[in-house]
Order: sequence, then structure tokens, then C-alpha cells
Amino acid sequence: MSSVDTLNIIQGDVKKRIDRWLARYPVDQKQSAVIPSLRIVQEVNGGHLTKEIMDQVAQYLEMTPISVYEVATFYSNFEHQPVGRHKICLCTNISCMLRGSDELLDYLKTKLDVDVGQVTEDGKFSIKKVECLGACVNAPMMQIDKTFYENLTEQRLDEILDSLE
Amino acid sequence: MVKVEINGQVVEAREGDMLIDVADSASISIPRFCYHKKLSIAANCRMCLVDVEGAWKAVPACATPVTDGMKVNTRSPKAIAAQKAVMEFLLINHPLDCPICDQGGECELQDVAMDYGDDVSQYSEAKRIVGDRNVGSLIQTDMTRCIHCTRCVRFGQEIAGLKELGATGRSEWMEIGTYIEKSIDSELSGNMIDLCPVGALTNKPFRYKARSWELKAHPTVAPHDSIGSNIFVHTRNGEVMRVVPRENEAINETWIADRDRFSCEALHSADRLTQPKVKAEGHWSSMDWSLALQVTVEKLKPYLANPEQIAILLSPNSTLEEVYLVKKLANALGINNIEHRLRQQDFSADQYGINQTLAMRLADVEALDSVLVIGGHLRKDLPLLNNRLRKAQLNGCEVNVVNPSGLDYNLGIEHQVDTLSLVSELASILKAANELVDQDNQVELAAVTFNATHTAIANSLIKGKKSALMLGLIAQADVHYSKILQLASQLAQTTGSSFSDLPAFSNTVGANLILASNSADLTNWLANGKKVFINVGIEPEFDCLLADQALRAMQQAELVINLTAFDSVSQQNYADIMLPIAIFAENAGTLVNIQQDWQSFKLFASAKGEAKPAWKVLRVLGNMFDLEGFDYTNTAEVLAEIKALNLSIKQPDYQCNLDLSVITPTPSSLVPCYSVDGMVRRSPALQATPDAQLTNPLN
Repeated sequence: MSSVDTLNIIQGDVKKRIDRWLARYPVDQKQSAVIPSLRIVQEVNGGHLTKEIMDQVAQYLEMTPISVYEVATFYSNFEHQPVGRHKICLCTNISCMLRGSDELLDYLKTKLDVDVGQVTEDGKFSIKKVECLGACVNAPMMQIDKTFYENLTEQRLDEILDSLE
Repeated sequence: MVKVEINGQVVEAREGDMLIDVADSASISIPRFCYHKKLSIAANCRMCLVDVEGAWKAVPACATPVTDGMKVNTRSPKAIAAQKAVMEFLLINHPLDCPICDQGGECELQDVAMDYGDDVSQYSEAKRIVGDRNVGSLIQTDMTRCIHCTRCVRFGQEIAGLKELGATGRSEWMEIGTYIEKSIDSELSGNMIDLCPVGALTNKPFRYKARSWELKAHPTVAPHDSIGSNIFVHTRNGEVMRVVPRENEAINETWIADRDRFSCEALHSADRLTQPKVKAEGHWSSMDWSLALQVTVEKLKPYLANPEQIAILLSPNSTLEEVYLVKKLANALGINNIEHRLRQQDFSADQYGINQTLAMRLADVEALDSVLVIGGHLRKDLPLLNNRLRKAQLNGCEVNVVNPSGLDYNLGIEHQVDTLSLVSELASILKAANELVDQDNQVELAAVTFNATHTAIANSLIKGKKSALMLGLIAQADVHYSKILQLASQLAQTTGSSFSDLPAFSNTVGANLILASNSADLTNWLANGKKVFINVGIEPEFDCLLADQALRAMQQAELVINLTAFDSVSQQNYADIMLPIAIFAENAGTLVNIQQDWQSFKLFASAKGEAKPAWKVLRVLGNMFDLEGFDYTNTAEVLAEIKALNLSIKQPDYQCNLDLSVITPTPSSLVPCYSVDGMVRRSPALQATPDAQLTNPLN
């Protein structure tokens, strides 16, 4: 990943992408674009937000910083600590739990030698417990980046993790 | 109008009113936490659930509009079951620390829990704990006690115009706070303390000082700005402990400025002068009142042969009675040099009369549709007028400003002109307005040019049905104040706007009423000096606009007599006599506010040490000079005498010299809002706020 100027993150391509969202809303309601904007800056910052970055979003969307913090802390998609290149979001809600997600989580933790919320030494993976992602029919499941992986077993997990760059 | 039946009682209401308001107006109590009549409806605490006939579930009274024929029961088994269930949930995470909580005894949660809570909790799991952040010197946080009503969040967003608190996180992890380490900086922030229904936000300087049931509430008037906010002062054994707002819809609604709330600390300042002091051969010695006053009279007497060499400087926060007695005493002794407008330097418009008042009622400000503020930082100088203006702006009023740059506004500004030369900009706007209404320009405006912004401001005022011009403290401090007055009043005339030269201090209006006929030339007195200065309730070196000149004039004077509440090193250097006077709650009197309400208040706190109310000191001085008519026994007698004079303000017709060829920009003369008088300068909590940093001359 190319280095990012975190003190001036809303420029060039990032600015263009945010502006595309802004164009969808009335000019005096820029805050409507706060979620996509946060998503974009989080992505270019390597998967997590910082106070400085949220403040820039606030300034760009003419919101008070606290209003941006509110949104960014409400949705679990937003990270406030560094994450791995691939964020493993393992569902531990009822359906997945009944189908063995707790054991899978333990397996993951041992395999990667990290706890929930931590990043592996090589920076490749981090583990996150998430609430139901709506794929109960093929529980247990997880989401890595933008892909759902279902009917998980320890063996499937090994295969999936090995296949990722 | 519709008819609603609440608990069998038929109540009339306007259709669309919220059920909780209708019940309140009929004195039917419904418990609530998040609802507040001055804030938007959140309906998130669910405490006000009531039983509406035909509705399957209990509904929140704060968010349910009434309809004709609606039948409501607030005490049915269904309603009570709902309310008790909500109460139980709210108490799950609330700590049982009432004995060490400052809110204990005046806590809405405690009160409602008495009515709706159960004796024993079914919940035996761990309660959540929320870490506290330091949000500054005024508000103490204990966020574990927070019940997430969001009143403070909505206050910041809707009233203060500065959203500083928010709800971060989600569900069990939701927290009210600033998220980052940051102080709460609004000049109205203290109101969040009153709004908080629990002990999460409490008064920091007052923390652990007293319990609410030990306190006695006394109605009085705030002593700093010309709004004259109504307040209660809470005392314990005659000692002032804290200040809270007293609701008055016509003046301060339910709010007060932080300055009015936290300045009471200064009453207990170590700087208080507690005994009369006289300087002899460079040494100060304390003495009793009768001796000190004798010395005062003796020292003053030689100068009375030529009273022109004496000047009296008076605090614009002095009560009406004090101002009147100063004038009566001075005039009886032949002294004519009296001045209270210490932050002004151009007095040449005085000959046309003085009218520093708001040209409307405070509540009418909310209905304005175009306003031009000239040289005024209303947000800091008159926070509650600014609050009304902000409401107007949110309703669509166009607010325009001509001000020095760098001011921080908390409302939307339509057009903004940043300048240090108010006169030139005002002339440009006037010329633009003249062109718009096809009116001939005066000769003096011939060389004036204007741009699109000037035209836009003029146009805004012209097309506004209720438009207003307001002149603030910065304009009054301008070297060309008289020209500003003339240009502004002409602009008001041309554009069909009202014109208000806003009074800044708590009795500016009253002092003007009494002293209007006195010819004053403060600038000259300070520049060229006087042999004798008598200062009443002020520190000239801090309270005068021309502070350096004032200090030099004091140092060079032969005799300086200070009637003052506070001792200070610099006073000890230049003064010869210091007489301790009572301030604020230790005094009784009358203040005339911005909309000319005469508000009298009583004395209810004992003065520090030997300090006496200034009116008594003046009365005794009158007696000692063997003057007639100084036999008052209370302030009411003085007030009656003032009322009998039928003083009134005449609208001046400014005809000042309008030569615009020699306009020099005035250096910005912003008075920091926590340096305006001796009391706020000595309130440690206010002085620790960002608004006071680096600006208090005492620091």
C-alpha cells in the first residue's frame, strides 16, 4: 500500500470519491455523506480511523468533530485501532455459536497466535468478533474483507487463510 | 382547540401539543428525564409512558400529540407498570452513591425513584462503570451516573450552538462525553448542570461544599451584563454558596451565562478588602469606619473650593441607588465630573442625548428577520441576547456583522465584514442603502465607495420587515463612536430598521438615566489628570478602556479615594484611602436592564468583614458634610426618590460632525468576557477557562 498523508487525507482520489457521495445530497446537508466518507478514509488509511482523520472528515463535511465520533463509534465497521491487512470478522451470534463458532474462534486464536482485536506479527491478519451478518443458513460464517465464507470448519479456515495474500 | 381527558379531567389544548405539555399545564404530573420544554423531543428515556385509550402499548407523553377526544390515564395499572419497568431499567446501571453525590437531595432520578422504584433490585450482576474526563473548571463529570437522557447533548447542539458533548459507542457501551480530552467551552455551559437530571454533571467549584437541603434560595438579579438575568442565590448561614437560574421567560428564559453562575466565588476571594484602610506617609493602616470617614472628609475638604479638580469614576454595575447617591452627594459638593462609561473614549455625541437600550423587548429579538451587528461580540458580551438572536437566525433571520476579524460566532452569519474601521464600512453600507432607495447622499459620503457585500447588507435590512441595527461594546470603544452613532442611526432610518446602541453592563441603562445630564469628558480627565479621583466599585487600571492612562492619572493624582470590594497591590500604590464596600448579594438595590426593566433585589448575605453597602457609605458621607436629605434608612426610600424624578430616556437626534476624511482605524478593543469587572476577574473557576486565558490583567 502506498503511504498516506494522514494529516491531509482528503485530497486527490480520496477527495474525488467523497465528492461523488456529496453530489447525491443537498449542499447544506453534507453530513449525509459521513458514513461513506469514513469508510473511504478508513480504507486508504489501512483499515482504521484516528482522531486526526475523523477531524478532517468533520471539517470537510462541516460537522462538529463529536458528531463524527458518534457515528464512527456506533457502527462496528469502523475501527479505532490498527487492523491486519485482512480483517477476519467471525460471527459468534446464536446460529453460528450453536454450530461451533466458539471452537473456531479458539482455533483461530491459537493458529494465528493473537487474541481478538490484535494484529499478527506480520501484519497480515487481525481477528474481530462480530454480531449476526445474516448468513445463518450456512453457519458458522465469517467475513474477510468483502467476502463471506460459510460452512466453516477448521480445515476450511486453514485453506481460506492460506489462499490470502 | 381540542378537548382531552386526562385521568378523568377534561383539559383544553391546541391540537398537536404534546401530551406532556398539556398535562403539565393542568398540573398533572408525569415523570420524565429526557424531556425539557426548551429542548427538542428525544423520547429516549421512556419514563413518561402513559396509557392512551385505544393504543395497544403505553406511549411516551413527550412525543404524543393530543387529538380531540383523546382519553389518557397516567395512573392506570398499565401506565404504572410501564413507568415502573422503565425505572427499573434506568436504575440497573445507576450507582447507589447518593450519599456522596452532589445531586443528592435535588436529584430528579432520586425523586422519581422514590415514586416509581422498587425497594429491592432484581439485578445482581455487575454494573457498568464509565471513566470520567476532565471537561474544564466549571463542570464536574461523574459519567457512571449518567442515564443517557441526552439533555446536555441537545443543549449544546440547540441552545449553545456548539456541540461539544455527544453520545459515542453503542448500547451497553454508549457514553455521553467529549470522546477526546477536551474542555467544554460554551459561555452558557453551566446550564448543562441544571439540565442534568442526575449527578453526572455537577457544579465543579461548588463540589462537596454544601447539601441542597442546607441551602436557602434568595431571588435576585445577575450583576454582570445588561440582560439582568434572574437568578437564585443559594446561601448557607448567610454565606453565598452558589447561583442558579430563576426562570423568567421575558428575560433569561431558563438560562444564565456562566459569568453569572460562577462569579459568586469572588465574594470569598482572599483579595476582599475587609476593613477601611488609610495611607499615611506611605504606610497603610486599618482603622474603624468613623475614623476612616473622618479622614476622608478632612482630606477632601481642601479640594472642594475648586471642585473642578475632582472626578468620580463609577462602576456601570453600581445599583441605581448608588449612582443616584453619588450624583446627589457630588452635586451637593459642587462636583460635576462623574462618569460610568469607562470603556468609551469618544463622548462627543453626548450633547444629542444618550440612549443605550434595546429598541425592543428581548423576546421580540426572536422575531427579527434581518439584523446588522456593528462592533459587537454579542456571544461573549451579552450571551443571552445572542441566544435570542441565534433563535431568530435559525428561524430564517439574516444576521450580518461588521466587526474586527477573528471573532467566533455560534450562529450562521449571512454577510460578514471584517474591519478595524467600523466608520468606513458603515459609510459604505449607508451609501449602498441610499442608492437602493434612491435617496440623495450627503456631501460627506461623496468619496465613499461600496462593494457587493455592502449592498447585500443594505438590501437585507431594507427588505426585512423587522430589521434591526445593534451597536456593541467594540463600537462604543471606537475613537469615532459618535460618527458610528450618526451613520448607524441614519442607516436605520434609510432602511426602516430599529436602532439599538446596546448597553453592556448590569446598570448601564440606570446610570445613563441618572447621569445623562452630567457633562463628562473622561478621556480628558485621564489624559490630563485630576487632582482628586474618587473610584466607586472599580479598578480604573483594569476597568477603563484607556487603562494605561487611567493608571498614570491615578498615580499622579494628589488624592485617590477608592470605595472598593477588593484590595490589590496596584491600588495600594496609588490610592490614599480604601473603603470596603459590599457587592452582589451583600447589597440591596435596583438594576435597570437592557429592556428597561427596573429590577430591585434585597440583601441576604452578610458582607465580608467590615464592608458596608456603598449607599450607606455615601449616606454617612452626606451626613458628615452636613448636607440636607441624606437620612435614608433603606434603599427603598432612595428608590422612591428616584422614581419621583420621572426620569426617562429621550431618543437622541445625532448631528455629529461627519467629516470622514480623517478616519483612523481603532485598534481592536475586545473586552475579554471574564475580565469585565472585579468579581469575574477574581473567580478562579472562570479564570481557568479558555475564554479567560491570557486576558485577565490580574493573571
